[in-house]
Amino acid sequence: MSATSARQPVPGTTIFDGEQARKGYALNKMCYSFNDAANRKAFVADEDGYCAKYGLNAQQRAAIKNRNVLQLIEAGGNAYYLAKFAGIFGLDMQDIGAQQTGLTKDQFKAKLLAARG
Amino acid sequence: MAKIVGSITTSHVPAIGGAIAKGLQQDPYWKPFFDGFPHVREWLAKVKPDVVVLVYNDHGLNFFLDKMPTFAIGACESYGNADEGWGIPQTAPFQGDSELSWHLIEHLVKEDFDLTTCQEMVVDHAFTLPMALCWPDQKWPVRVVPVVVNTVQAPLPSAARCYKLGQALARAIESWPKDERVVVMGTGGLSHQLDGERAGFINKDFDEKFMASMVDDPAWATKYSTAELVELSGTQGVELLNWMVARGALPEKVRKEHANYHIPISNTATGLMVLEPA
Repeated sequence: MSATSARQPVPGTTIFDGEQARKGYALNKMCYSFNDAANRKAFVADEDGYCAKYGLNAQQRAAIKNRNVLQLIEAGGNAYYLAKFAGIFGLDMQDIGAQQTGLTKDQFKAKLLAARG
Repeated sequence: MAKIVGSITTSHVPAIGGAIAKGLQQDPYWKPFFDGFPHVREWLAKVKPDVVVLVYNDHGLNFFLDKMPTFAIGACESYGNADEGWGIPQTAPFQGDSELSWHLIEHLVKEDFDLTTCQEMVVDHAFTLPMALCWPDQKWPVRVVPVVVNTVQAPLPSAARCYKLGQALARAIESWPKDERVVVMGTGGLSHQLDGERAGFINKDFDEKFMASMVDDPAWATKYSTAELVELSGTQGVELLNWMVARGALPEKVRKEHANYHIPISNTATGLMVLEPA
């Protein structure tokens, strides 16, 4: 679990605030472009070139290369924009949840079901 | 004069769009969710709205982080849907009513709610899917006014502010001189968190208290800060702010016409309520 602070009081949670919005602007702008199918195709055809065009910094580029959601959040990514990146690979929200919690997808689904109490 | 005949508040998980496209309404995974809606449709057939004012949050279709209004309102003659990046089928466009939109804008700004006005606007799954759940043939029998609340980038508007926006919206709607019937919808939630090590967080106890408060104690959630609401309901559970606007548009005393709650669809605890003025 990530450390909490006055700005980020909820364990395991990065609230997307002004600091994150500034840090992640280029990354989120690239992910926003994935609303357009032609842009998704262009990313797949030339990932390096596409990331360079949006001016991703080294941390953001590495997180994209690693397809690692926690790293993407650390680099300023916002969940709603990252979902558009995940969509390129056909990943759904349970795949994303499993990756971030270190569970298999079946374990993650079981965790959700357990919330029924 | 126009009359608010009730509110519908519902979750808006994108996966619902995939399930509709694949015809999975009776699939065991989906059935407990979709079974909440026939009753809503019966109610709509009874109250026959002319207009839906739909309160939701945009997820990066109409607005990017370059310009992020806290509150925005559509003032278009038509609202299209568009590709959001993951390929759920798009819905037919919605007929707007710019005259009504401008009436609401005039009234709300006069009450110190300084909304961003949009004469071009596309609506995302948080708008289209609740409409498709209410009218599965997607032949929309109503005109629409979209109202957008920022639940994406903190600082978010407080629950108290959202509730007051709903109250002002009711006064604005009820001063519309045409004899029309209006349903206010609020979409999103209930508890869920998509991001971080806490992904998969669901809080049934909080959701049940929140849904009960929608009936009997509408200002209950206003005692929490938005950070506390994130802690209690998850980073995306905070979309319940849209429910607060819709609830504010009804009088303090309401009658619960219908409710449904189901865990989980995708990563989300889904809630559905239909309320009528008592």
